[in-house]
Order: sequence, then structure tokens, then C-alpha cells
Amino acid sequence: MSGSVDLDAVTKRYGSETVVAGVSLVIPEGEFFTLLGPSGSGKTTTLSMLAGFVVPDEGRVLLGGQDMTRVPPRGRGLGMVFQNYAIFPHLNVAENVAFPLTVKGASKAEIKARVAEALAMVKLTGFETRYARQLSGGQQQRVALARAIVGHPKVVLMDEPLGALDKNLRYHMQVEIKEIQQRLGMTVIYVTHDQEEALTMSDRIAIMNHGRIAQMGPPREVYENPESSFVASFLGEANLVKVRRDGETVRGPGGAPLVAARGALSANEGLVFVRPEKVKVAAGTAELRPNHLPGQVLHASFLGNIMRYAVSAADGATFFCDVANGAGTEIHRAGDAVTLSWRAEDSRLLGS
Amino acid sequence: MPLGRLAGWLMLAPALALLFGVFLLPIGWFLAGSLTDFASFAEFWEEAQDVLFSGTILRVLLNTNGIGAAVTLLVLVIGYPVSYALSRAKGLVFTAILLCIVLPYFTSTIVRTYAWMVLLGRTGLINQILLGLGLIDAPLELMYNRTGVIIGMTYVLLPYMVLTLFAAMKAVDPRLLQAAEGMGASPATVFFRVFMPLTLHGVIAGVLITFILAIGFFVTPALMGGPDDIMIAMLIEREVELTQNWPAAAMMTIVLLVVTLLLYAVYSRFADREAPR
Repeated sequence: MSGSVDLDAVTKRYGSETVVAGVSLVIPEGEFFTLLGPSGSGKTTTLSMLAGFVVPDEGRVLLGGQDMTRVPPRGRGLGMVFQNYAIFPHLNVAENVAFPLTVKGASKAEIKARVAEALAMVKLTGFETRYARQLSGGQQQRVALARAIVGHPKVVLMDEPLGALDKNLRYHMQVEIKEIQQRLGMTVIYVTHDQEEALTMSDRIAIMNHGRIAQMGPPREVYENPESSFVASFLGEANLVKVRRDGETVRGPGGAPLVAARGALSANEGLVFVRPEKVKVAAGTAELRPNHLPGQVLHASFLGNIMRYAVSAADGATFFCDVANGAGTEIHRAGDAVTLSWRAEDSRLLGS
Repeated sequence: MPLGRLAGWLMLAPALALLFGVFLLPIGWFLAGSLTDFASFAEFWEEAQDVLFSGTILRVLLNTNGIGAAVTLLVLVIGYPVSYALSRAKGLVFTAILLCIVLPYFTSTIVRTYAWMVLLGRTGLINQILLGLGLIDAPLELMYNRTGVIIGMTYVLLPYMVLTLFAAMKAVDPRLLQAAEGMGASPATVFFRVFMPLTLHGVIAGVLITFILAIGFFVTPALMGGPDDIMIAMLIEREVELTQNWPAAAMMTIVLLVVTLLLYAVYSRFADREAPR
């Protein structure tokens, strides 16, 4: 069996509410795939259907090309890391990690070797006889990870595995999970609501909203080329400013002409999208050129490595601009007249 | 003393006063009064040996323990699945099961025991049904013997076991069971390797409380048992009421009290412990 994972138009309803609406995914073996979305977007239900805890009302679940839609979880051979770790309190670390092998009836020698290998991989060698209550959050997380990979599954499901850890520890674990995934060549389906985590770790991200996939693609693509205002604002900061069509020209605040490399307006009005870090802030007033807007600095916030400006443009529009605090960077103050500009390649028109 | 603790003791005070007045004081009085009649310790010791090592009391102790053990085992076997169902049930089903278990508490043990006598007697409901169906030719002896005592006591003690087990089962995180299932465990494996070990402290607590209550039983064995089913509480009552041998009754009381307190000490260790985390 290969480690490919497919969802074929799966739908799940609870009562009159459709939680997952016709989601299709094709995930090749060895991919780190992330389901990202706000709470209630259907990402956890989608994962539960992959795991077998939830049976879809419509559609099929395929693992390694085989139809597993109605196969119970124990028949799917997946590794799993749970949100709350789900470490058995009555078993010690070694027994917890051994659990997936024990229930399969593996030999004592095999269990011993595999458990030692898995614990070494998560750097918990020497913790074999401890119990969950004697471990820190980070260590419990590692036990859960070791238990998920001990049987060398082709596919591992992870449900917000780092949600309970503090920021520093999170970053370390992100790196470690990614390393282990690449070393073992396993497919990982990862659920998170943390966009930074999704961008750092994934080969591809599916952004979910209201039970559907809003957009799917590699991190840079979904970040730089969002197809909807939801995706644009869910993945980091975004300037989304009203524009209107005027013949062949698109005009922004104050009637300034705008050119965007991608997207189109479906109606006479729409939005232009540009990331704060793509907007240049220069002193002085603009000459009338495409993608150049006059404005006035409302706030200047010093964030260490970047300066964040809030700039008011015509028609009450406000832009956020992140400028790297590099060598010789000019600093603007509140009240300064400035010109905002960006490249056509860095912006996109959105229908709504 | 911090105010919180003082308030705690104040709230306990009425209950403690009641226990002291109607339980501790009379039993202390009874024991002291019965045991100070002896002229010397040697005389007391002689009498004690007569009472505690006589054939009668040994047989009664054996009865008491045997009935207690049988009832406890039965209660556990019946109570475990009921508690499991109760711990998984929601809404109306939960209320229905709980009512079935707790409602009989609202009537006295004597009334419930008489109800069983109506059911189990030679011309009782059960025998009539079985005879009517032709399953038996002669009425079964369900009463005035060991069977009757065990049926009656099992019924009375079941709620204690069910509620103790329920607390332990409710404390088991259902996500652990789901996790085990996800890791390849069959339903039986989930039960034996995860659920049962996590509820074991409840089983021990339930067994101890049931056994403690069982060995002190009086009404049910008195009404539903036969001459061979005398338990220690009945023997004590007989020494007090009939033979008026108070010193003997006092000695037996001490034996029962010590055994109960010892078991209770063990019980409280398991009952106070939450599910392992």
C-alpha cells in the first residue's frame, strides 16, 4: 500500500448543518499536507473522516488507492497524533509508545527495538518508565509523536498537535516534526488554525471555510496569490481596498489608476489586494502614475525588525505598510505626507 | 485557624453532633457497660475466648463472609455493565436508568424485602409463572434459604456499586478510548487494555463498600434467610434481645467494628483517589 490519500467529494452533515461539503483532495505519498481554517470550518471533521472516526454521508475516502470509506479506524493502519495527546495515564512512556504494536500482536523483541528507535527519534531515550503526569507538555507531545510513528505508518494524521505548547517550544517541535516526516518519507495530514505554522511546515495547504476548500496550493502561492478576500485576510495581514472600473481602467482611492498582474473584476466594483510588506512608503507627494497613491501617515509603530505604518489615502481608505528596518531606512512620522506604491506583480484584483 | 476551615467545621458540626449523640455515645456506653462487669482481666479473657472461639460464632462468621463475598461478586457482575450503560447514556435514557437505580432507595429496606418475599415465595409470582409455563414441576425454594438472602441483599446493595463505578467510569476521558481505537485496537482490546484498567480503582472501591455493608446486614437475612443463614448482626441482636448476654454481644460488636473500620481504611484510599492522570 502506498501512502497516497484521496478524498472524493466527501460530505458530512449533522442534522440540517453541512459540516463538510463535497471536499476533494489528492495527496501524493510523502507530502506534508495541511488543512488550515478557522474553528468550525470543517477541518477536524475532514480529518476524522480520514481517520475513520466519522463516516461521510457522501463521497469516498481512499488510502493508498483502496476504498476505506467504511473501514473502521483500526483497519486503516494510520499513525495519529491527537490534540490533547491522549497519552494513556495507566501506562508508562514505553508502554504508551508500544501500544499500536502491542494491539497488533508484534513480538516482544520487535516491540523493544521499535520503541527504542521511536523514542530516540523524538529524543526521549531514558524516559521509558515515566508516566504522563511526570512529563512536561513538550515531553508528552513527543510521546504522542513517537507513538504515532512507531509502527512506521505510511500516513500520519495530526490534529493541532502543537496547540497547547508555548511559542518557543512550538517552533522547535515544528522543525522536529518536519525532520522526522522527511526522514521516514511519510505522508502527513496536519490540521491547524495557526497560519504561520501551516506556512512553515507544509508542502501544500488547503484553506477551509464553511466546510469547503477555499483554496489549495503551496504556501507561497496561497499567500501571495489568494483567490478570495477570505484567504487573503486569513493568511496573514492583507490590504484589501475598494476599487471600481472606469472603462478600461481600474481606479482606486481618489481615482488613482491601478494595475494588477492577476485577477479581474467580475463587476464594476471589487477589491485590490496587496500585502503590507509589498507596499513602498516614500516621502513627498506622488506624481500621477499607476499604483502610486498619495497619503498621510496615521501611525508609525516600531516592531523591532520592521516599521509598521498605517497610512490614510483618499476616500477614507487605510493602508498598512511593513517596511524592513534595514540599514539607512528612512523613518516617517505620524502626519508626514508620503507616497505609497507597489508593483503590479505584487497585487491582485478580487471580485469581492 | 483560617476562616475557610472554621466555616467547614461549623458546617459539619450538626452532622457530627448527631453522629456523636445517636451512635458514638450509645455504642461507647454499651461497650463500657458490658465489659466493666468483669472482676479481672483474666475473667474477661476467659469469657472472650468462650465467645469468640465457640463453634457458633465461627460458623456465623463463615456465613457472614461467605454471603458477603457472594453478594459482592454478584453485585459487581450485574453492576459493571449497568454502570457502563449509565456512563455512556445521555438525556432521557440516563435519567431512566438512574431513576430505576435510585428510586427504590426512597422506600425502606423492610418494605423492599417484603416485596421480594411476594415475588419469591412458594406461591409467589416467579414460581407461579414458571409452573404456569411448565418449566418446573414443583415450586423452587427461593426463600428462607441462602438463595433468598443473596437475591435480597444483591438487590439492596446494587446501587452502591453502580454509583461508585459510575463515578470512576465517567472520569475516563472518551478521547483515550477513541485514540486506542485509532491506533488499531479492537473494541475488546480497548475495553481490556484501556477502559478496565482506568476504572479498576472504582471496582476496588465498589467491592469494598459493598462488602462492608454486606457483612453488617440484618433485616434481609433475618426475613429472607433460613436457620443456616445467620449473620453476625443477627447473632448480636439475639445475644442482646434473647439471651441478654451483653458482654458476648459487646465482644462480637467489637469484632465487626474492627473489621469494618479496617476495610474502610482501605476503601477510603481508593475512593478518594481520582482516576489516574
